Amino acid sequence: MDVFVQQLINGLTLGSIYGLIAIGYTMVFGIIGMVNFAHGDVFMLSAFVALIVFLVCTAWLGIGSIALALFIVMIVAMLVTALWGWTIERVAYRPLRGSFRLAPLISAIGMSIFLSNFVQVAQGARNKPIPPMVQDVIVLWTGPTGYTVALSYKQIIIMAVTAVLLTIFWYVVQKTSLGRAQRACEQDRKMAALLGIDVDRTISLTFVIGAALAAVAGTMYLLYYGVVSFADGFVPGVKAFTAAVLGGIGSLPGAVLGGLIIGLIETMWSAYFSIEYKDVAAFSILAIVLIFMPSGILGRPEVEKV
Amino acid sequence: MKKVLLTSVAMIGLVYAGAASAQIKIGVAGPITGPNATFGAQLKNGVEQAVEDINAAGGINGQKLQISIGDDVSDPKQGVSVANKFAGEGVKFVVGHFNSGVSIPASDVYAESGILQITPASTNPTFTERKLWNTFRTCGRDDQQGGVAGNYLAEKFAGKKVAVVHDKTPYGKGLADETQKAMNAKGLKEVVYEGINPGEKEYSALVSKLKAAAVDVVYFGGLHTEAGLIIRQMRDQGLNAPLMSGDGIVSSEFVSIAGPGAEGTLMTFSPDPRKNPNAKDVVAKFKAKNFDPEAYTLYSYAAVQIIAEAAKAANSVDPKKVAEAMKAGKPFKTVIGDIGFDAKGDITRPDYVMYTWTKGADGKITYTENN
Repeated sequence: MDVFVQQLINGLTLGSIYGLIAIGYTMVFGIIGMVNFAHGDVFMLSAFVALIVFLVCTAWLGIGSIALALFIVMIVAMLVTALWGWTIERVAYRPLRGSFRLAPLISAIGMSIFLSNFVQVAQGARNKPIPPMVQDVIVLWTGPTGYTVALSYKQIIIMAVTAVLLTIFWYVVQKTSLGRAQRACEQDRKMAALLGIDVDRTISLTFVIGAALAAVAGTMYLLYYGVVSFADGFVPGVKAFTAAVLGGIGSLPGAVLGGLIIGLIETMWSAYFSIEYKDVAAFSILAIVLIFMPSGILGRPEVEKV
Repeated sequence: MKKVLLTSVAMIGLVYAGAASAQIKIGVAGPITGPNATFGAQLKNGVEQAVEDINAAGGINGQKLQISIGDDVSDPKQGVSVANKFAGEGVKFVVGHFNSGVSIPASDVYAESGILQITPASTNPTFTERKLWNTFRTCGRDDQQGGVAGNYLAEKFAGKKVAVVHDKTPYGKGLADETQKAMNAKGLKEVVYEGINPGEKEYSALVSKLKAAAVDVVYFGGLHTEAGLIIRQMRDQGLNAPLMSGDGIVSSEFVSIAGPGAEGTLMTFSPDPRKNPNAKDVVAKFKAKNFDPEAYTLYSYAAVQIIAEAAKAANSVDPKKVAEAMKAGKPFKTVIGDIGFDAKGDITRPDYVMYTWTKGADGKITYTENN
């Protein structure tokens, strides 16, 4: 029981990070029907931005308060990464809109390789660490065998930030005119354009929001693991994409749910079975779910538009 | 016009080939980039310094050495393409690779292409166990290293709870299994045995599992990045058991990843080559270039020295003849002491000692030999 709760906490933290990245995949797919393979690398890039801003804050500006530093780091990382997201869409995807389906996909793969190589060359190929911070833990209880179930401040921050941002984000999509435009474009781009919605701008904003959420994930990733390298976009990117598919690609709550499920499967499998097979387990479950629910857990079946 | 151009290109090629044949090409291969770039730099700097010194002393049998660098990024596939690149360039001797998982497939290519390979770092026994003519190493083997580690665990942690974790690579799993074997033979049984995915950052589930098993020490077969991350996440979850590992973590980058929790980490490695009296001058040269010749640097330096001495002994730069001279049993003078090879290409005086990572007077955590 004690171990179960501890692993549940670990799994939810990991799942929160996956969920934040997965939203970027699912939103872009929802609106232009394209898998943005560069999204994992945008996430990695944001972690590097966060690292640089953090070092500037602590070493140069001498900001002593970790909370303040983290806040600045997150805001700057979100802004810079959002700009990257916007630029990538403008440069690599928009000129290809309307060409054959595979063109933007290849462009996305190219962008993914570009980003990871760019960071490798610009920042070096080594792991970049930051000193451990926010080390405090809350001991929830001590089990009969002396096992302490602990919730670290880091894990609380990650889960809280994820929850708050998702709420804000959900509000934006459901209640604002921007969200309405976005949902309209998702349903029928041509019709939305006829009704006076600036489709290009809406798509740009989708990329901006997706990148900003990836930046939150990147900051959290840096805070939690303390180490980042140029190759870190790949594994979390693939897992988050899997989460988006599992939850039903195109569905926002589905992306978050998928992220949490993937995070939980990985940790629970690691806890009770062999860690060596955790990815095998996670992807087997993905395959099984997709056999019985082809559009994912919360996805709507694709309706042929006539 | 086109024909003239082509002919002139061919001519230039001929001229270059003519110039190159007067030199002996020596390849250095390892992870020049990627997460293990810190080790790649050790190999590269060691070989470069050795070639510089040997060329300054007149080269081998009057011929100068010329370096070609290959980057395998610790990836077996890239390693094989580096090997093919070397074969195409006419490289005769290779110092490398770093990872056992890369050295082993690459050595097949070298064997076919008539290239002699000395690895300064790959410790997996398989490397020299396949009866290839061309495989040598200046480091020890994992069965020796694992034996030292396993005996140490069985002695110092008798009756305690030991976890054995590896990174699923030939090096990591090989070393972990040898350690486990030695430990079990002395009657100490591990409570957890796990393999992790290298290249990931997420090991908190593993750490919770270790915590649940209340382990007293974690033996890790793998490299410094994963070792550092595991320590960091162990301390995050309040698990203060020390980590013990092998020669794969011997890099100062280990501490920057692990953070202050690295203190107390145990490690098996050969006696510090920098302290060898033979290495004094060379170490000074490295220090002058502002490079700390830690870990595998001097092993790489020694590999080049051995090639040079064996070539002189064989009075030939034909790799096969050099290999025969190396296996003749006569020890070679190197910066890490006198080194002789057995028929397999392993060194005849393997030695591993325990090190502990401790905080020095300057607040930095470094490794020192246990007394």
